[in-house]
Amino acid sequence: MKRIISILIENKPGALARVVGLFHQRGYNIESLNVGPVFDGTYSRMSVTTRGSENDVEQITKQINKIIDVIKVADLTEGEHHEYEFILIKFNKLKLAEKIQKILKPLGGRMLEKNTKVIVMSAVGSSSDIEIAIKAIGRGNLVELVRSGSLGLHEGEKVLTI
Amino acid sequence: MRALKDEGVKFLFGYPGGAALHIYDAIFRQKALQHILVRHEQGATHAADGYSRATGKPGVALVTSGPGATNAITGLATAYMDSIPLIVISGQVQSHLIGTDSFQETDMIGISRPIVKHSFIVQNAEDIPRIIQEAFYIATSGRPGPVVIDIPKDKTDPSKLFQYKRSKQVTLRSYQPRVLPHPGQIKKAAKNLLSAERPVIYAGGGVILGDAHKELIALNKILKAPVAHTLMGLGAYPSNDKYFTGMLGMHGTYQANMAMHNADVILAIGARFDDRITNTPSLFAPKARIIHIDVDPASISKIINANIPIVGQVKESLIALIKEIKRSKLKIDSDALESWNGQISTWRTKHGLNHDLYLQKTKSKMILPQVVVQELYHATKGNAYVTSDVGQHQMFVAQYYHFNKPRRWINSGGLGTMGFGLPAAMGVKLAYPKHEVVCVTGEGSIQMCIQELSTCMQYNLPIKIININNEALGMVRQWQDMNYGGRYSASTYADSLPDFVKLAESYGHVGMKVTKQSELRKTLNKAFAMKDRLVFVDVYVDPNEHVYPMLVAPNGSMQDMWVTKNIKA
Repeated sequence: MKRIISILIENKPGALARVVGLFHQRGYNIESLNVGPVFDGTYSRMSVTTRGSENDVEQITKQINKIIDVIKVADLTEGEHHEYEFILIKFNKLKLAEKIQKILKPLGGRMLEKNTKVIVMSAVGSSSDIEIAIKAIGRGNLVELVRSGSLGLHEGEKVLTI
Repeated sequence: MRALKDEGVKFLFGYPGGAALHIYDAIFRQKALQHILVRHEQGATHAADGYSRATGKPGVALVTSGPGATNAITGLATAYMDSIPLIVISGQVQSHLIGTDSFQETDMIGISRPIVKHSFIVQNAEDIPRIIQEAFYIATSGRPGPVVIDIPKDKTDPSKLFQYKRSKQVTLRSYQPRVLPHPGQIKKAAKNLLSAERPVIYAGGGVILGDAHKELIALNKILKAPVAHTLMGLGAYPSNDKYFTGMLGMHGTYQANMAMHNADVILAIGARFDDRITNTPSLFAPKARIIHIDVDPASISKIINANIPIVGQVKESLIALIKEIKRSKLKIDSDALESWNGQISTWRTKHGLNHDLYLQKTKSKMILPQVVVQELYHATKGNAYVTSDVGQHQMFVAQYYHFNKPRRWINSGGLGTMGFGLPAAMGVKLAYPKHEVVCVTGEGSIQMCIQELSTCMQYNLPIKIININNEALGMVRQWQDMNYGGRYSASTYADSLPDFVKLAESYGHVGMKVTKQSELRKTLNKAFAMKDRLVFVDVYVDPNEHVYPMLVAPNGSMQDMWVTKNIKA
């Protein structure tokens, strides 16, 4: 099953490598990864998606917690949570513009660039909505696709913070 | 230097080189720390590691960049697998050269990442005292482990001075190692232990690292349960106690493994259910409820699911458990325990360690390796610090040298590092110059770090080396005998072994050779009488001797053992 693990980690050199290295070292896969400094910038929030059984993910979160630079870890998939992903696409079949715009409309599709050669658009949605949209557009119709990887946070009042 | 001195460091084991020369100059100009010049950086890390295992204090190694750093890797991995607080300070090329493939540059932080508890690269010279303080704190607290400090050469430039600062206390927001056991879990554990009919205590290296051997003994004064140790735990619970079953696992005793398989409650303390213990995990201890105490939550339910997990320091957890047991209205079931301990005695009588040995001894003209260890035990009155390398000789010591005190048995358990024994013995001897320090090794292992005989000469370290020589890589040969139809692929070299007596003598030490059983005791006594000399005793043993018992693998449980060459129990 797909899991989203949120990690708060010290913004220190090499810290990201320790997390990424651990996945490889312990034989787990990273499906997507997003990281960026938050609030005062002394620490970053990472969102890692992976697949595994409950036992696997428990072991992953325990091992991540052992990394000295890691401040907090949570498996968001344990409870209710929001999950969103951001994409950028580029296509050159201009006659498809209308169709693609329609597909991306429920995902807040925005036109970022339009000229005689290419169109660049952005969209936001859950990973599964994004998957469906890309399939509907047709992978072959895109010349470039960038995905941010899943971002997630808890529903309700529950927060992950230091 | 000052920061290291403030951490109580007495010895630095190291090897100089370009990137570390500023540090070496500072060593020259001080007297508080003694630098021990090894002959290979691997030796430095093992010596510091051995020092740490014997004293409980962190050991420190100092190496230069590039090859100095990479040679320290095996020692780091060794310490990591056995949770030993080891600090490795590595020189690094100057900051502006990092990333340019400059001379003797290697990414030490990157290479060591999977085998350290933490690592630091120094970016500002004035951070060095803080980093050293944090490194020692991290290495020694929680589940201990090795820490690397990588220092670019320009950060130790002696022309740039700064104010030395040391904080009273280290606090890191991302690291809170001190965890107290959950009272509810302690209550559950006490209840389960008191109502157990067939309890077993399975105690690992965590009991020694957590300095909790006294609490373990106190706990079992009440519980009266059989106690089995892992390879790393030996010495925590006294071997001469009637409840001690010996080591468990791959080459554990028959009674220890049978006790585990048939137990109704297993109390695991500071142990990690290694595959050398459990055999096939799905067949492990089918009737047992598992109580698992460990400071590292990731060790709990990693291999075997724990029914009652207890995350906490071993010492504090055992104190809490003893308190709870004393307070409880439940009492141990004396009748059940008596019959359970009786069952264990029966197993011991049936296939205990000496069962077949003396029978064989009368038949074999050659010296048996087990007998060498038994004679060593007598010669040292069981009081020596014993280091070992890896292989058959290591298992024979674990089985036949009865350790009654913690920190006396020093070996590489998790990583299984050949070459560990001699340098580790140097670290122990420096820590305890008045104690007998013995390195039991094999002719294979000793050659992996034999150059340290030169270091022993330079610093006058009168270690005793017992080389159990079967002219082959014995454990490899054993597996080839058992699983590969006796095809000795790359495990023999009898025609090219050195003359170890001459070799020891060429380093300025004393060499002795024994080939007959009748001369063994005499030679050992002679060696141990030479108090101020390193003596290398080369003992030729029966090359056909295997280590038994041995768990049947793959697909075996803990009750499936070879007890001798032909008998499967």
